[in-house]
Amino acid sequence: MEARPTAVPAIQIRRLTTRFGDVVIHRDIDLDLMPGQMLGLVGGSGSGKTTLLREIVGLLAPSQGSVRLFGQTVLDSDPQRRRLLRRRFGMLFQQGALFSALSVFDNIAFPLRELRLFDEALIRDLVLLKLAMVELEPRHCRLMPAELSGGMVKRVALARALSLEPELLVLDEPTAGLDPDRSENFVRLLKALQNELGFTVVMVTHDLGTLLGLATRLAVLADHRIVASGTVDEVLAVDHPFIHNFFGVRHDMAAAGPRAS
Amino acid sequence: MAAATLETVQRTDSLPVIVLAGDWTLATLPQPLAPFERRLRELAGTGSGWDLQSISRLDSAGAIVLWRNWGRRWPASLVVGSEHRLLLERVEAIVAELPGRSSERLAWLLVPGRLAIVALDHLAGMVALIGQMVLDFGYLLVHPRDIPWREFSANLYKSGAQALPVTALIGFLIGIVLSYLSALQLKNFGADVFIVNLLGISIVRELGPVLVAVLVAGRSGSAMTAQLGVMRVTEEIDALATMGVSRSLRLVLPKVVALAVTMPLLVIWCSAAGIIGGMVSANLQMDLSYGFFIDTLPRVVPVANVWIGIGKGLVFGLLIGLIACHFGLRVKPNTESLSANTTSSVVTSITVAILVDAVFAILTRSFGIPL
Ligand SMILES: Nc1ncnc2c1ncn2[C@@H]1O[C@H](COP(=O)(O)OP(=O)(O)OP(=O)(O)O)[C@@H](O)[C@H]1O
Ligand SMILES: [Mg+2]
Repeated sequence: MEARPTAVPAIQIRRLTTRFGDVVIHRDIDLDLMPGQMLGLVGGSGSGKTTLLREIVGLLAPSQGSVRLFGQTVLDSDPQRRRLLRRRFGMLFQQGALFSALSVFDNIAFPLRELRLFDEALIRDLVLLKLAMVELEPRHCRLMPAELSGGMVKRVALARALSLEPELLVLDEPTAGLDPDRSENFVRLLKALQNELGFTVVMVTHDLGTLLGLATRLAVLADHRIVASGTVDEVLAVDHPFIHNFFGVRHDMAAAGPRAS
Repeated sequence: MAAATLETVQRTDSLPVIVLAGDWTLATLPQPLAPFERRLRELAGTGSGWDLQSISRLDSAGAIVLWRNWGRRWPASLVVGSEHRLLLERVEAIVAELPGRSSERLAWLLVPGRLAIVALDHLAGMVALIGQMVLDFGYLLVHPRDIPWREFSANLYKSGAQALPVTALIGFLIGIVLSYLSALQLKNFGADVFIVNLLGISIVRELGPVLVAVLVAGRSGSAMTAQLGVMRVTEEIDALATMGVSRSLRLVLPKVVALAVTMPLLVIWCSAAGIIGGMVSANLQMDLSYGFFIDTLPRVVPVANVWIGIGKGLVFGLLIGLIACHFGLRVKPNTESLSANTTSSVVTSITVAILVDAVFAILTRSFGIPL
């Protein structure tokens, strides 16, 4: 993709601070992401990754600082503008957050029906296509969320997040609970889609395969700050205990794996 | 973002070629879609070639719109970039038919049968619940250390102590209204003093227990159903089971027993408030002195009425607790089922309480009525 001349960052975070009561989660975070980039956000458990994603999509107001998506503030006071902005991104929640009273089919069709632009036949085709993309079969359509396995919940949630063809995709641990084969397919799928559609991705993941397979940029959240951000090589060059542990140890494990078995 | 466009271009030889350009995406497809699709269909009908190479972005919505207006097959001549071809191939693979629900003819015939099965199912569930409670009682007699005191006292507090203000208020107000309306009638006959008999018997025997049943069903019954239901939805009940904790012992029994204990007490409390309300109203309207009222009450209202009221409270409490737990445990792990079961729980509790009240009225018709 050629760089657009007036490139507005897809995500622009400035001096963001988050506090829950007296507990500080983030302190003065700055982050920029240009359209078409795929950002992998890593950090220890409880370091505030999910919280940061919630602030990016406007589910939570930061204690201080601002978040702008495509140049617009997420928490715009005008509901119409806010709604239009919200249509431009899709979110995959850590726990799936499927509508428990709707079947798989209706879960994915829901955002499409909300648009009130398409007839039922087109929606049906779209839903089946999204299902096929995440490797679910048409016979899974009628299942209820409670009848799905953990990995299937993730995939349905991804299909739902993709259903509006978002420009920005926010993924909270998309491959947790998937078998390695499926994670790999997920990486391939997302890469292919990203090639075609050029959307922007922010994802939180602990899975090194997904991370290195997809992310064009990394940001590391530790000590309430972004301690490193940039391309993979730039981040690996930073001297920080978390980065050593996260990438170092896992590299060792990956290397030791075949020998051990 | 460029809008989706299509134009027909006459190239050198025979047939014209249809050239598509711009963004063919969900956000940029022309609205309304129908006329645009009609045009696509007409063009597809001419059998001319298609050139998709100038399309800058094609997403699944765009691909599906194209595919279905091509008549769900590839056009005879098509020029398309490799990634877009990939997407179109994915669209091609979509099955035409959903493995849907088979539509049943004469489905209406099934309705009464289904209803009967559901009713039987509820009945069986209730019987099983009662049986389980009896077994639990037996178990607790042998193992008194396992008695869930904490849960029991928590439920006593929630469904008993916290209900005191509202039951008193409702009882008091109903007492006032009843006394006021009766006084208007009694005055006409010069039978003012009979207000004590009227209020005493109707409140102690009927109104107190029924009012409290309705209040408790709406307050505690719904809360119990919702609590058990959410525990189903969030798999907390399963977590308890894996720890070897009996859900009937820990969740159901304390609730039912707590209601059976608090309801009779609430009935006395509510009836007392009602009588006080009636007494105040009678004093204001008919100058009936408090002393006279209090003196007369025990003489004209046989004590059997109090026992009947308490008995009703006990039975209603057991029933409301059982019904609430029964519906709570039937909740399926989704929000729709949660709300449906909570509604059913309250409606069933109130209906059953009133039905049982009628049964009480028949069974106790020879007790407590002064001749
Ligand atoms: N609503 C809340 N109120 C108080 N504290 C909260 C709230 N939400 C999150 N936290 C705290 O914020 C911290 C970060 O939580 P968050 O869910 O963002 O972690 P995370 O980085 O996503 O972790 P994980 O990798 O385990 O998902 C945690 O310590 C959590 O206890
Ligand atoms: Mg998280």
